Amino acid sequence: MDLGPHAAFIIGAYAVAILIVAALIAWVLIDQRRQRQLLSDLEARGITRRSGRSPERPQ
Amino acid sequence: MPLIDLANPTRFLTLSGRILPWLSAATLIAFAFGIAQVIGAPDDYQQGSTAKIMYIHVPSAWLSMFIWGTMSIAALGTLVWRHPLADVAAKAAAPIGAALTLQCLITGMLWGRPMWGTYWVWDGRLTSVLVLFLMYLGVLALWRTIEEPSRAARAVAVLTLVGALNLPIIKFSVDWWSTLHQPSSVLRLGGPAMHPSILVPLLVMGLAFFLLFFTLHLAAMRNEIMRRRVRTLMLMQADAAAGH
Repeated sequence: MDLGPHAAFIIGAYAVAILIVAALIAWVLIDQRRQRQLLSDLEARGITRRSGRSPERPQ
Repeated sequence: MPLIDLANPTRFLTLSGRILPWLSAATLIAFAFGIAQVIGAPDDYQQGSTAKIMYIHVPSAWLSMFIWGTMSIAALGTLVWRHPLADVAAKAAAPIGAALTLQCLITGMLWGRPMWGTYWVWDGRLTSVLVLFLMYLGVLALWRTIEEPSRAARAVAVLTLVGALNLPIIKFSVDWWSTLHQPSSVLRLGGPAMHPSILVPLLVMGLAFFLLFFTLHLAAMRNEIMRRRVRTLMLMQADAAAGH
């Protein structure tokens, strides 16, 4: 595919978009792992909600 | 299931856990289809291949405004109805909105340089979108400044509703003032001004980006609910340790 004389701008724009989308996906996944870890650590120490039910594990 | 049932965070976690895999798959399929369409799309008769930047710039511009609109509705949910998930939705949406507004600004600059001869100009559209980006950063900062989530939510809700005044300014800036930025080509009275060979790939990429937002937002809301549970449990632990 010939992108013409301004190929660097087109490729640069798509690279930025890929980077930003990848960063958003990574942020969500890393945060999810961290919160799950914290919840299971607390559960392992016997700390559960006042209702007595353990916090539901998201699938 | 009645809509009110979603107000229960545990039910929300169960339901969103079922929806997320399907939403993720739909997002991937939409992007695969959209990128194939972009590759096959013809060059613009004036801008050449540079118009391909439009397929990522315009959807991120749509979403930057849509996400603030979503946060504004959530702000009403926080202030008026005190819906338990409203501030969770607002907080989870803000980083995504900030990132996509940044994407809109950077891709716009990279499109502007070859077409206008400059990366930036202080015209109505560009400046109002920059203000939107700064407001996203303000909201993110405010969430971090106030430790108690419900107090932070009310402060953020007020700021969000004030910031919503910027949305019509962004939309109509190209009509109200003489700007270097072109007027709307898709969302305008009289219908889109584009040839279908360019419009269809743009709409498919738009759909893909909206699905991406819904997927990320749902996942981020689940994380935020878990974060609040962790906070509650830690406070209970501290309370028990203090002997209360």
